[in-house]
Amino acid sequence: MTILAIVLLAVAAWVVVMFNSLVGLRNQVANAFRQIDVQLKRRHDLIPNLVESVKGEMKFERETLERVIQARTAAVSAGQGGNTGDILAKEGMLTQALGRLIALSENYPNLKANEAVRTLMEELTHTENQISFSRQFYNDVVTKFNTKQQVFPTNMFASMLGFTLSALWELPADSPERQNPKVNLAI
Amino acid sequence: MNIYEQQASNRRTTAVILAAFVAFFLLLGLGFDYFYFNFNPSSQPRMEMNSDGFYEAQRQGASSKVPFGTLFSLLAGLGLAANSMFNGKAMVLRSTMARRALQSSSDKERQFLNVVREMATASGLPAPEAYVVPDPDLNAFATGMSPDSSVIAVTEGLLSSLNREELQAVVAHEMSHIRNYDMRLMTVMAALLGAVALLSDFAGRSMRYGGRGSAYGGSRSSGGSNKKGGAALLFFAIWLVAIILAPLLSRMLAMAISRQREFLADASAAELTRNPLALIAALEKIRRAVMPTNAVDNGVAHMCIADPRGSLIEEKLGFTADLLATHPPMEKRILALKVMAYQAANPQAA
Repeated sequence: MTILAIVLLAVAAWVVVMFNSLVGLRNQVANAFRQIDVQLKRRHDLIPNLVESVKGEMKFERETLERVIQARTAAVSAGQGGNTGDILAKEGMLTQALGRLIALSENYPNLKANEAVRTLMEELTHTENQISFSRQFYNDVVTKFNTKQQVFPTNMFASMLGFTLSALWELPADSPERQNPKVNLAI
Repeated sequence: MNIYEQQASNRRTTAVILAAFVAFFLLLGLGFDYFYFNFNPSSQPRMEMNSDGFYEAQRQGASSKVPFGTLFSLLAGLGLAANSMFNGKAMVLRSTMARRALQSSSDKERQFLNVVREMATASGLPAPEAYVVPDPDLNAFATGMSPDSSVIAVTEGLLSSLNREELQAVVAHEMSHIRNYDMRLMTVMAALLGAVALLSDFAGRSMRYGGRGSAYGGSRSSGGSNKKGGAALLFFAIWLVAIILAPLLSRMLAMAISRQREFLADASAAELTRNPLALIAALEKIRRAVMPTNAVDNGVAHMCIADPRGSLIEEKLGFTADLLATHPPMEKRILALKVMAYQAANPQAA
């Protein structure tokens, strides 16, 4: 009788510990997802400044600059819409347009000599990195959360307690981000 | 081995060495108590009739149930380490004359600050403070007891000669030291090292001035214990050898752990940046700058990316180099990273 009680208590304690750690991981997943949002917002704020400061020098690249502005507007409105698939697609287009702009800016030595532009370019590289690292961290945390739910014996209780697997951040198969930016260097 | 397998294997090795270290310390400490303070928890109390006609438990000699020597040396070791625990960060920063990296001072420092923030994002930790050490050599270190209050410092030479990706790899290596709580581990190691040194010192002195209280100094061993004399004498001989070699052996164990943590930090850095090749490039550059980092003293050597002495000891692949260096030879580190980048065959598979 006492042995049965002890066993039951131990199982109950294990369920409590498991439940709490899963809750902690679920909140980490939510937080990591918000971090990506923060970085995307930072990128939106940075772009008008950047375009403004390189406009004079890169006047032959009007098309590229316009594409960046358009992609930004589309990404901002997708962000307000809140549809994850839409956000992924529009941010992917923005990443591609920016990649092209950065690659082209290498052709303009005057831009590199300009301190303000250099600072902005560094900020842009930083923000692009932040976006990819926050996605990477989100995927790491999601992997941990999903693994924790799937391993034995937690898998017998996880769905009963209302935990579901989180989705990894991945690019859709037809995403424009999958293509390399095409740069024509013949001027 | 990929990055995750290397990390797991490094953690296992650290645990094994740490366990060996603790066992070694217990052997020394409990042996010391046994031989010098007659510590023997399993000794049978002897019943003797006292003057009032009652039987009373009498311990053999002055044998005690508390291992005073072990506890005292451990406490003293902890006391020595406590100072570095509470003041370590400030002391290191002062001794290296590090200054805070500023957003406004130069392109490179701005980049450094950004890279530190990127690595904080990648590891999911709060961003550490960024410091610059005025030294032309190439080196970097991390300090601070917890991720909330940690510091990453790089030398000016490093800032000026690495490109963005290489700098990112170096910062990722330091970030990994923070994430793996290596500062705490090394503080524990320092405490154990201090305790072992104290024990060895006590034992040396007691031997020289004659162990009066020793179980083998007098003729107190009576009756049944005579039969066990041979085995106990053998144990005493082993213990004596151990205590004479203790300072050297414990140092070797500590260095073995330090080298494992370097491999682990390399592997975690590759995980954070997903770019082992940049770390290889950075290590190659650091390796070519062999001059010593004068600003960094040996106390923080185990937190640096490369041995600050710049000595060629770490370039030798020999036996002594493997035993007493804080860092593994660059060649081995680069090879391990190449394996992670799938650019070299797995040496363990061959």
